[in-house]
Amino acid sequence: MDAAKVLIVDDEPNIVLAIEFLLQREGYRTEKAYDGIQALEVAEAFQPDILILDVMMPGLNGFEVGQKIRQMPALEYTKIIFLTAKGTQRDKETGYASGAEMYMIKPFDNEELVAAVNEMMAYG
Amino acid sequence: MGLSVVVGCSLAYISLLFLIAWWVDKRATELRPGIVSSPYVYALSLAVYCTAWTFFGSVGRATTGGLSFLGVYLGPTLLAPLWFMLLRKIILISKNQRITSIADFISARYGKSTNIGVMVTLIAVLGIVPYISIQLKAVTFGINTLTHFGEAAPAPKPHFWQDAAFWVTLAMALFTVVFGTRKLDPNERHEGLVAAIAFESIVKLIAFIMVGVFVTFGLYNGFDDLFGKALQQEQTARMFTFSGSGITPFSWNMLMLLSLFAIILLPRQFHISVVENTHPRQITKAMWVFPLYLLLINIFVLPVAMAGKMAFGDTIHPDTYVLSIPLSQGANWLALIAFIGGFSAATSMIVVEATALSIMFSNHVVVPLLIKTRLFGQGKDMVDGASRLLDIRRICIMLMLFLAYLYQKSVGSTYDLVSVGLISFTAAAQLAPSLIGGIYWKRGTRQGAITGLAIGFLFWAYCLPLPSMAQAGIISDEFVKNGLFGLSFLKPYSLFGLSGLDPITHAAFWSLLFNTWFYSIVSINSKPSMLNLTQADLFVNISKYIGRQDSDILKREAKVSELRNMLNRFLGEQRTIAMFQEYESMNQVKLGQQQLAQADLVNFAETHLAGAIGAASARLVLDSVVKEEAITMDEVMRILEQTREAVEHGRLMEAKNAELKTLTLQLTTANDQLKNLDRLKADFITTVTHELRTPVTSIKSLSKIILDYSDELDDNRKQEYLRILVMESDRISRLINQVLDIEKIQSNEAPLNLDTVNLSDLVRQAARGMEQMFAEKQVTIRLHGTDKPNNLRADRDRLMQVIVNLLSNALKFCNPEDGQIDVELEQSGDKMLLRVRDNGLGIPPTMQQLIFEKFTQLHSQTQGKPHGTGLGLFITKSIVEKHGGSIRVESHSVAVPQGAMFEVRIPV
Repeated sequence: MDAAKVLIVDDEPNIVLAIEFLLQREGYRTEKAYDGIQALEVAEAFQPDILILDVMMPGLNGFEVGQKIRQMPALEYTKIIFLTAKGTQRDKETGYASGAEMYMIKPFDNEELVAAVNEMMAYG
Repeated sequence: MGLSVVVGCSLAYISLLFLIAWWVDKRATELRPGIVSSPYVYALSLAVYCTAWTFFGSVGRATTGGLSFLGVYLGPTLLAPLWFMLLRKIILISKNQRITSIADFISARYGKSTNIGVMVTLIAVLGIVPYISIQLKAVTFGINTLTHFGEAAPAPKPHFWQDAAFWVTLAMALFTVVFGTRKLDPNERHEGLVAAIAFESIVKLIAFIMVGVFVTFGLYNGFDDLFGKALQQEQTARMFTFSGSGITPFSWNMLMLLSLFAIILLPRQFHISVVENTHPRQITKAMWVFPLYLLLINIFVLPVAMAGKMAFGDTIHPDTYVLSIPLSQGANWLALIAFIGGFSAATSMIVVEATALSIMFSNHVVVPLLIKTRLFGQGKDMVDGASRLLDIRRICIMLMLFLAYLYQKSVGSTYDLVSVGLISFTAAAQLAPSLIGGIYWKRGTRQGAITGLAIGFLFWAYCLPLPSMAQAGIISDEFVKNGLFGLSFLKPYSLFGLSGLDPITHAAFWSLLFNTWFYSIVSINSKPSMLNLTQADLFVNISKYIGRQDSDILKREAKVSELRNMLNRFLGEQRTIAMFQEYESMNQVKLGQQQLAQADLVNFAETHLAGAIGAASARLVLDSVVKEEAITMDEVMRILEQTREAVEHGRLMEAKNAELKTLTLQLTTANDQLKNLDRLKADFITTVTHELRTPVTSIKSLSKIILDYSDELDDNRKQEYLRILVMESDRISRLINQVLDIEKIQSNEAPLNLDTVNLSDLVRQAARGMEQMFAEKQVTIRLHGTDKPNNLRADRDRLMQVIVNLLSNALKFCNPEDGQIDVELEQSGDKMLLRVRDNGLGIPPTMQQLIFEKFTQLHSQTQGKPHGTGLGLFITKSIVEKHGGSIRVESHSVAVPQGAMFEVRIPV
């Protein structure tokens, strides 16, 4: 079986850098995008199993990206994890309504993030 | 056509009117919903305004004066939109005071003055007689035209019993007596009469339109054909133009003003629109129905006038065209219908006018006279006062019509219909200052009204009816030619040397001017009586009094038995009993015979009595039985004080109310602002925490990676991660500093440390401090205008912050290949200008305002994601504004990179 694919989307390169390192050493194939529009393009080509998505980004925000992904039949099985500094209950609700499987708040814990991705790959 | 046919048709028509009136009155007594309460009936009854003058005279006037006939209808049309204010107020007052006529209205306003009642009545009677006379004339020549068409005019008859006009007068008088004085109503309401008048309005409208249609579409092929032919003849082409009418703009305006007054002040108009009104809300419908009626009845005036002129030239009097044209075409049936139309216009006018005048004359002249001479209402005779009142009115009607007949015989025959009618309009207009002033101006006094009315009446009489009588040869015409006593400035047609106006305009101008002037001046300089004061307040502020009986200021007492006896004489036993029952049930009391009637019962009796004999007479009658307690000066002062206090209090309340409203508004605004501020603050905190969380996230994650997987990382990676850690830590501290900075600048706790600052030095200093950074990115910086001091008052450190912020922004966004920054200083007036220009991509127009807001950042072309906090420009702007200056950015194009230029202006 091919390695599972994860797309990391965040406008902060340093955060992308950290997540990339954590997932690659677990054996995942990763791709990255720095804004919402780029994220949609990469996602279509890369067909990720998991999408780690920031919310506050220039252009399209993460919620909008999530909704767009959910409308793409090719990405029907892609799971979305929001990883954002927006932490209110309302933000969470919006996040789940935009088609997310999980909503994590920054600053995150390295182990927790990795565990979440692993779990999601193991149990669907 | 035979005389018997004409008379027979007229009698049949009159019988029909009786039938209508009888049927409506019967319905009314059966308490079924009154036909008269319909606003359409009300509006139609108002069309009693259109008399035989309109029906026959408009055509005549149009023939000689073109469009000038319209003025009389434009005035009321212009006033109609104001009815809901003016007319409504008059109606409310009249219902409250049980007003029975215009004389009653004006006399009641000025302290129920008997003198004013008499004056208004005399002005009305003398002024309206010419008007009635033209109705008689119109009917008479109508009959003559129908019976003698095509023959030579009948020779004047030596005896009055051979004169058609005499018999017409007699018939009209009888008709009016039967119609207008059938019963005595406490409110002078005659539902049957109103219904008949409304019916007559329909008849005359239809009749006139039928003639118009016959002329326009029967004799000609529609308006185009008729007007086209009329245009080809000089004498008819004239009618199309205003200038052809020979009427000056001043005369036009005066004509409209006169008719505007007439629609309310003519006794019959007042009677129909006010006294007969069943509910003020009828006005709203009448406001458009009545002008529409005027429009419809005027549509065919010009066509008929033109057709008549073209057919007959000057051989037939134009006032008879409406009849002559159908007759000349052999359409006798139509001529008969037209005659009935004109006949109905004349009868409706005469009936209502004579009824209204007879009410005025009996209530304000005859009854007071009889009471004063103790011929009436005194003694022990059991003659019913009510039937006596009716008798008086019947005699009045007879007399008035006889007077009109005499006038028509002597004077009226030499003038056309409209000219005579306008004499009456001018007389009625004399009531305008006292009436309009009376309901809008509290200061108007009895003395003022008397003086104004008298002077206005004298000028009117001297300028209009007297000269016309002179011309008829009744009195010497010496004064017309050379002025009274040979004084040329007293010539009645060019008074005080004012010439060049037609007689009507001339008379209206002088009489109304002096009338108004004397009314105002005398009012201001005279002291009103107590009753005058209370009545003035009631009339001007009627809304306060709605639903209340008379004011209780005057203390009056009378024995119930005496009051009852007196009322019996004037109202009849039945109505008196009914009135007392009404009072008892209203106030839940039982009145004994010997009991003393208090002020409210006396007032109650007075208003009822006023309904029968007018306010002034009622007051006179009551004075005979009522003991008016002498009011001491103290009491007057107390009453006045109370009124004043009440007014003051009211004003205070109003002011307080307004204050409260403003306060509420201010509170709401403040609350909104606070809410807004709260929201802004919450937004700010959310953004700041987000901005803090981002670097903390990278720091936390990367430091944990270094800690946990040290052995998996090569040295380069470690170095890179550590460098990021330092960078992100810097970012956090920078953000914290700037947030604190904003707090400091925006709060007033840290005022600016003002000092004389040499801006040139400051710029050089900043550039030097950043030399290293410029060198790293190979950016050149050029300073302009720093060779002279450029001093200004400012906070040195803050100003430095501004310069450094602008320079680092320029550095961040300038062209990465060949970076260039220009700094320019310039003094312009009392402002110091600092410009910083880069040669980067520039700023898109949509962003140019936003960049000065908190947390808006542009992506620089070198770094993608900017590494600022988004607060720099906001802080810069805050500092500049705190110095009383301003900052703006100029950047024209992004497509062709021209860079951006920031300009700061700070007052020296």
